[in-house]
Amino acid sequence: MEIVITISSGFLLLVGSFLCISGGIGLLRFPDFYTRMHAVGVTDTLGAGMILAGLMILSTDFLVFAKLVMILLFTLLIGPTTSHVLAKAAFHNGVIPKGSNNLKQTKEKESTSSII
Amino acid sequence: MKHTISLFLTLVAFWLLNSGHYSLLILSLGFASIALILVIAHKMDVVDHESQPIYLSRKIFGYYIWLIKEIIKANITVVKHIWLGEKSISPTLKAIKVSQKTDMGKVIYANSITLTPGTVAIDIVDNEITVHALLYKDIESLEIGEMDRRVTLLER
Amino acid sequence: MLIAATLAILVAMILAIIRGIAGPTLYDRILAVNMFGTKTVLLISLLGFVMGRPEFLDIAIVYALINFISVIGVLRYSDTNQFKHTPKKNKSIEKEL
Repeated sequence: MEIVITISSGFLLLVGSFLCISGGIGLLRFPDFYTRMHAVGVTDTLGAGMILAGLMILSTDFLVFAKLVMILLFTLLIGPTTSHVLAKAAFHNGVIPKGSNNLKQTKEKESTSSII
Repeated sequence: MKHTISLFLTLVAFWLLNSGHYSLLILSLGFASIALILVIAHKMDVVDHESQPIYLSRKIFGYYIWLIKEIIKANITVVKHIWLGEKSISPTLKAIKVSQKTDMGKVIYANSITLTPGTVAIDIVDNEITVHALLYKDIESLEIGEMDRRVTLLER
Repeated sequence: MLIAATLAILVAMILAIIRGIAGPTLYDRILAVNMFGTKTVLLISLLGFVMGRPEFLDIAIVYALINFISVIGVLRYSDTNQFKHTPKKNKSIEKEL
């Protein structure tokens, strides 16, 4: 039983760490703001989820388990909210996505939103 | 009334799980703070079906399981493209239609889009969500409307 | 394995800091700071397990909430004040004010 717990939590922590580092690499590698946001999304959802799940398996106390679940719920609630607010602020302040197939549409949206 | 009870139960669970002390003094202090929060929430007029969506609670678990599956799939795709590099991605911005009627349904849909890595909902105007996607494929799979259909089923 | 995960999180935080310093636009910096904050939450909970002190989890919860409030606060400010890049928009906002 002991060894199953060690191996499964170790596996989850390893995958979570790999996802977090990949997100960091993506944050450095991707060409513009909007694509970088997707890289951060990886670390916010599955990266944090895997690491917290690994800790949940290790926890012996029920309260510790409950607190880890709470942190996971907060992360999953907060992640999309900040991403959306950040993207909206950038979009309305004129950061135009790079390499987009429909730049014209972007500019139209931009002008309508500034009128509103 | 049922919204107040739901908020009360949430706060009681939050207090008990976070404190871990069960002496009479601590419990009464907790009860006092919960009562204060209930009064403030009623004065702010935020206790309603929007902040306490209990009517969703029966169907939402099936949706969550489906959403977690989608999130894992999307994560694998995005991580693959992070390591493949800049050449392999095709960032796209597009407005897609939504079929939900209520605000709650639209918010759930937009939040699910943002929660899935690879797609971010930027803006909602009436019946259109502006979505930025890492790959053009993601936009196409949103337009097919699997997620849209499932959220519409939720709001009934 | 716990220590390895802690080191991995630290590496991710360093990468976020590099993007925060280099980031061409303001929003890249805010994005990097936000990611730094969420990684700090994970780091604190991992450190709690490494040191055998589960009380650290309370700090992690508080840190998650503070991080959220700070990012939202900065972006609320960006909506209203002279955060905008183009001078044309600045003028129209001054008129509105």
